[in-house]
Amino acid sequence: MTTTEITPEANTPAVTARESQEALRYYSATQWQLMWWRFKHHRAALIAASVLVFMAVTGMLSQFVSPYLTNTRDADYQLGPPQRPHFCDENGCSLRPFVYGVTTERDPVTLRPMPVVDTNIRWYIYFFVHGESYNFYRLFETDLHLFGVEEGFIHLFGTDSLSRDLFSRAIYGTRTSLSIGVLGVLIAFVLALIIGGVAGYAGGWLDYGIQRFTEIVRVIPVIPLYMGLAAAFPPEWSSTQVYFAMTLILGLVGWPTLARRIRGQLLSLRHEDYVVAAHLAGAGAARIITRHLLPAFTSYIIVDLVISFPYMVLSETALSFVGLGLRPPAVSWGVLLQDAQNIRTIEQANWLFIPAAFVVVAVLAFTVVGDGARDAADPYQVSGA
Amino acid sequence: MVSFLIQRIIGMVITMFFVSIIVFIIMELPPGDYAERWAFRKFSGTGTQITEADINNIRAEYGLDRPAWERYLNWIGGIVTRGDFGEAFAFQTSVNNVIGQKIWLTLAILFSTLIVTYLIAIPVGIYAAVRRRSVADYTLTVFSYLGLALPNFLLALLLLYITVTVFDSSVGGLFSPEYKDAPWSMAKVVDLLKHLIVPAVVLAWSATALQLQTVRATMSDEINKLSVTAARARGISERKLMLKYPARLAINPVAGSIGFDINRIFSELPIVALVLGLPELGELLIRSYLDLDMFVAGAILLLLTFIIVVMNFFSDILLLILDPRIKLEGR
Repeated sequence: MTTTEITPEANTPAVTARESQEALRYYSATQWQLMWWRFKHHRAALIAASVLVFMAVTGMLSQFVSPYLTNTRDADYQLGPPQRPHFCDENGCSLRPFVYGVTTERDPVTLRPMPVVDTNIRWYIYFFVHGESYNFYRLFETDLHLFGVEEGFIHLFGTDSLSRDLFSRAIYGTRTSLSIGVLGVLIAFVLALIIGGVAGYAGGWLDYGIQRFTEIVRVIPVIPLYMGLAAAFPPEWSSTQVYFAMTLILGLVGWPTLARRIRGQLLSLRHEDYVVAAHLAGAGAARIITRHLLPAFTSYIIVDLVISFPYMVLSETALSFVGLGLRPPAVSWGVLLQDAQNIRTIEQANWLFIPAAFVVVAVLAFTVVGDGARDAADPYQVSGA
Repeated sequence: MVSFLIQRIIGMVITMFFVSIIVFIIMELPPGDYAERWAFRKFSGTGTQITEADINNIRAEYGLDRPAWERYLNWIGGIVTRGDFGEAFAFQTSVNNVIGQKIWLTLAILFSTLIVTYLIAIPVGIYAAVRRRSVADYTLTVFSYLGLALPNFLLALLLLYITVTVFDSSVGGLFSPEYKDAPWSMAKVVDLLKHLIVPAVVLAWSATALQLQTVRATMSDEINKLSVTAARARGISERKLMLKYPARLAINPVAGSIGFDINRIFSELPIVALVLGLPELGELLIRSYLDLDMFVAGAILLLLTFIIVVMNFFSDILLLILDPRIKLEGR
């Protein structure tokens, strides 16, 4: 379907010295270098990749980046709207950003707690403040946070109905949701490699059986299938157990697509001359697969992994959203969005919708990166790098 | 043709057989068995002491003490011979009663979604391919990215939020309150159709994005074919030419992937239905999973898959009618 575009630089013989230098660089580049050069030209993909790296790093450093822990309750600020950092107001400007002080009063009629913003009080935001102590991945104990306030509190995304800081929870949720996606993809990949590899290399009745089986599994709608498996988690499981069970399920249901691709590639490459040559030279099956066949389509596999990633993240979000996936006290985007499920809640507190933006940005970024990677990995699209 | 049909029908039966085994495994997966959950549901809070013997009695009554394969045969036998899907313990009635009307509402949602999808995807995709690199084409690319990135249930939430805050009305549900328990009448059908629009658009969202890309890609390929150039050389008007040659072929992949689309729609339906408060099978599926009411869940999963398998079959036949080239290859 892709049209082959052959640019003159790649085909005509080099004339000047500079051109020949470039041509030499092009012809002697490894496959990875070529992919990277092509990927660089895809501006949207580069931006999306940076967004993803930023998200991943923020997620990994979530304890440090977020001013509070996930279950810290700020009883004075229940269901409070986001506080916006300011530099300037009618009382003058300050180089140090600040948020306005807030006190909570009860609505005289409904008795609902109502935050009252006092624009005369400034709570200044400091960087690298000491706050609640946490254990950084069991490496060391520290209480350093990226930012925070010395007096009062700061809730950039507001608080939920249990008066927990939504910003901190969203950051922690990023870590959970992204890592669940990574683990799910990895499990799916290993399964696909083994099953697809066996089917593609062995062929015959084994291949036929595996093919029919994957076809049947794929007929069942995916999310209801995931849900059925997730419904089986015993209620007494800890959130860590549920977390790993979730990755396992995502991997178990996700492998057929990848396996199909690997099988297809293996089948088409199996009778290539260089493979037959290796076979005749006495190479074993393992060596042929790892040395001769796998390198030929590694790029395809990577693209497929990137593309299957958003589905994993979305599935996790969807499952946790309806209460069948991760459950509190675990924090993921889906768990956070559970609070936004109720239309009355969103009406009163529309900031609870903020985690949805995280989901959309991550999925969009993955889709764009996947597109860029697919274009970059396509060996039939010859372009002057 | 006849042998093809027979072959396909046998294939369907085999597929459904394996699907039913997978569904049965899912039904058996949750910890504890049906008897324990049934007893808990019935007697919790009543202060009745339940002994192991009581539970064993319930087990014997429902045949739960027999081996798995026998229970499977009982279950599937009931479905195939009597159309009996078992007991819905959370509702204290039979599964058939619970599912009953909901299956028609589910089908109504499904078909309105498919209609919305194809009504948008086919003409717009063809248009975008004819006018490549136009504003319409780029808008379409952005839209299809969004279609893939914005999950349906978030779109549903967003629509709910907008209608509640801006228009001060709710889009949820399938019927207005006055028709909810009314018998079927013309007015009720009209009311249902009005309420179907939002779920259909929400569910059609990503399927449309995907099909738009497919139609546009096939159409762009077909436009460059020699047959098109030849027809143009013969002086056929551009409009007629486009419709007669490439557009006709661009529909084929869409017709061939109806089953795939339905699979996708059913995958997204439960969560969207939960958000929009639609009283249909997907929403019931989530609730019965949460209640561990596995007979209901299994029945729904089986029914949804059955609809997909049947529609796959029709999709193949449709393709056979639309694309005469397939018949030649079929022999």
